[in-house]
Amino acid sequence: MIQLEQVTKTYPKASRPSLDNVSVSIDKGEFVFFIGPSGSGKSTIVKMLLHEVVPNKGRVVVNGKDVTSMRSWKRPHFRRSIGCVFQDFRLLPNRTAYENVAFALEVIGKTKAVARRVVPEVLELVGLGGKEHRYPHELSGGEQQRVAVARAFVNRPLILLADEPTGNLDPDTSIEIMRLLDRINRTGTTVVMVTHDSNIVNQMRRRVIEIESGRIVRDQARGVYG
Amino acid sequence: MRMKYVMSEVLVGLWRNVTMTVAMIITMAVSLTMLGASGLIYTKVADMKQLYFENIEVSIFLDAEVTEEQRSAIATQLESDPLVSQVTYVNKDEAFQRFQEMFRDSPDLLSAVKADQLPESYRLKLVNPEEYKTISDQYTAVEGVDQVVDQSQVLDKIFNLFTAGQNIALVAAIAMAVAALLLVANTIQVAAYSKRREVAVMKLVGASNWFIQAPFVLEAVVAGLIGSILGLGALIALKIFLFDGALSALQGLFAPVSWGEVFLTFPVMAGVGGLISAVTAWVTLRFYLRV
Repeated sequence: MIQLEQVTKTYPKASRPSLDNVSVSIDKGEFVFFIGPSGSGKSTIVKMLLHEVVPNKGRVVVNGKDVTSMRSWKRPHFRRSIGCVFQDFRLLPNRTAYENVAFALEVIGKTKAVARRVVPEVLELVGLGGKEHRYPHELSGGEQQRVAVARAFVNRPLILLADEPTGNLDPDTSIEIMRLLDRINRTGTTVVMVTHDSNIVNQMRRRVIEIESGRIVRDQARGVYG
Repeated sequence: MRMKYVMSEVLVGLWRNVTMTVAMIITMAVSLTMLGASGLIYTKVADMKQLYFENIEVSIFLDAEVTEEQRSAIATQLESDPLVSQVTYVNKDEAFQRFQEMFRDSPDLLSAVKADQLPESYRLKLVNPEEYKTISDQYTAVEGVDQVVDQSQVLDKIFNLFTAGQNIALVAAIAMAVAALLLVANTIQVAAYSKRREVAVMKLVGASNWFIQAPFVLEAVVAGLIGSILGLGALIALKIFLFDGALSALQGLFAPVSWGEVFLTFPVMAGVGGLISAVTAWVTLRFYLRV
């Protein structure tokens, strides 16, 4: 599903590479944590999977597509197979929960009829049934992140990328979000999560890849944090 | 639904920043009016040149004391001249008749001039009216010739005036176009900034580039088209109030500006206005949104 083959990335003007000869292979349906200190290169991996950054050396293959040589005009279509969740939710403040999720469908050409069928379903799945018409400021942080997860998942992506999804949430809420990501993982979606949250990593007991200074220092099948 | 989405985004966009939109439309309108006016002047000058040059004559006036031999020598020379296409001899009586006709509204002048005071002349049509200078050099020195007068010299001055007017309009059009261009770029930047969240989400979920750009580009194009409609209005007003109104006394002098020609400038103005707006918006977005 995801292959990084001897990937090296040095940003212009940086003294040392952000990723140094990194090789990782992630299978379909896996749940993987990327952990490591700030500036270790975790975010660079996320950006590469989204084709925001291309490596200087090596090859990145996502969903069978070689991202390294992908032309930028193919990026939009490629991204439709990847869902994204971020620490800061990135919801549109002037749209309701329903509209936020429907927006993601409509801008990739789905009709309103499709949205009407699919959006309530996915909002129900993330546990927001009954709160479809609330605006983000009327929802708690955890609920906002659920909307974001719903938006990322509504298009049934093959991969869900979560970049510190619990970074802004309290521990209890974080666990609920993790349950949600776990449920999504059980539908067959590959989940890649970047995090600092040791509690969560320890509880989930999933594959942990630890990065330090751009190198993989640990890759454990049922790992814990640090 | 996507078309509906794009169109409503365009309207919202134009309305959100309405002062800028108005500024953009006005500069665009002035620029396009200037462009249209300069185009009209250009076609008119071309029309008038053709019209006038077809009827233009070079007159060779003869001395009062010209002899019979000199006169016939000039006639032979003119008839064999390859530059001359047609020669007409006008004797004193005919000259007097033409004079009476020309000044029939000024009886004082008529009574002051006697038939034998007007010089005889040869009226020439030239193969190429612009070769007047050669004719003038050739015949001024010939015995019996008083002077060589070319109507096109007077006309050239008028045409130069028109061409100058046309150039001024064109320069003004370009200056205003630059201003309009900068306004479009600025409006698009402001629009892109106010929609940065939507754009970020759209990029994230994989909306196609054209779909992200279309509302912005169309916003600029709509402003450009409204500008060109206003420009057409301005040209219509110019025709009604200036050409058919204030300047109607000079109608014989100008080739008339027809409605057809006024309306023909519209596709040009709309095309230029729309295209400039679209390209500017698109280029701005490439730098600003990196899509």
